[in-house]
Amino acid sequence: MNILLSLFIEFFKTGLFAVGGGLATLPFLYDIAARYEWLPAELMPDMIAVSESTPGPIGINMATYAGFNAYGVLGGVVATFSLVLPSVIVIILISKFLNRFNENPLVKNAFTGLRPAVTGLIAAAGWQVFSISILNLSALGQGGSWPYLINWKAAGLFVILWTVNRKFKGHPLYYIAGAAVAGLLLGL
Amino acid sequence: MFWAFFRIGGLTFGGGYAMLPMLQKEVVEKYGWATEEELMDYYAIGQCTPGIIAVNTATFIGYKRRGIPGAIFATTGVVFPSLVIITIIAAFIQNFAHIVYVQRAFAGIRVAVCMLILEAVIKLWKSGVKNIVGVCLFAIAFALTAILGISPIYLVIAAALFGIFWGRVGAKQ
Repeated sequence: MNILLSLFIEFFKTGLFAVGGGLATLPFLYDIAARYEWLPAELMPDMIAVSESTPGPIGINMATYAGFNAYGVLGGVVATFSLVLPSVIVIILISKFLNRFNENPLVKNAFTGLRPAVTGLIAAAGWQVFSISILNLSALGQGGSWPYLINWKAAGLFVILWTVNRKFKGHPLYYIAGAAVAGLLLGL
Repeated sequence: MFWAFFRIGGLTFGGGYAMLPMLQKEVVEKYGWATEEELMDYYAIGQCTPGIIAVNTATFIGYKRRGIPGAIFATTGVVFPSLVIITIIAAFIQNFAHIVYVQRAFAGIRVAVCMLILEAVIKLWKSGVKNIVGVCLFAIAFALTAILGISPIYLVIAAALFGIFWGRVGAKQ
């Protein structure tokens, strides 16, 4: 019951403050993971991968995934419902009271500050994924020298995926499927 | 309305931006719930209100056509396919996560996720970071969350207030 309540509160806050679409919820999810046991940080990359390669909005997919892992089917429903609730309230208020909300100078100015900051927040979430999938930071604590800090197989795969993506711009699903096969073959 | 948004939620891969063509097909062409221009307006508002862009746009259209019940049905419709599909996949992964081959496949997938996030960050950078002030905001937000672990809520509020303040200063000069 406690978990359901904290799911509700945390995802409501995320829905209220995450501006700029689905990926903007990611830094909030990492913040939740740092504070609660029911969302392990190791779960996050798998969650992102599944959310990007299945239909539906990424933010909703991630909320359902995180909620399900915390408290089963009910947890998934509560997390998703709480994420969406602030949007519904805000949208109804805006369409009632504010015409041309997006052309309001106050809103426009706020977004000149928000856009770069949200980009920085998403980059920080990306760094978290990077540090566990391509770096090998645990070697630091064991006194390993620097070549051991990098998972070279993973780094090589990253370079290959990046190069292919520059050339072909395919759907995320292809890269995720390709990387899964590469992970099996390389024994990552 | 529920079914129309159910189809939109269930047939779009890749979130908000991929949803626009589906919205045009269902909402404008098939049902005539909004004109092309209205849809673009709703979509623009969906981008600058908190939450998921796809959900915001759906809520807006639902509310404009049928009031609060319309908003609720459209929103439920657009999230429903995710709820079902993700629950099934998450349950499946939970049951097979201990198998070593599954772990290796996911180690590869994580690398792909890094690449996808980096690509998203580059796109957002190109559209949102326009000057040295933007670069500073980016760096501060990155450092405060990645190194100090400060809650993104405070950073979002601070960035919005700073943008308003900065706009005022610019207007006075």
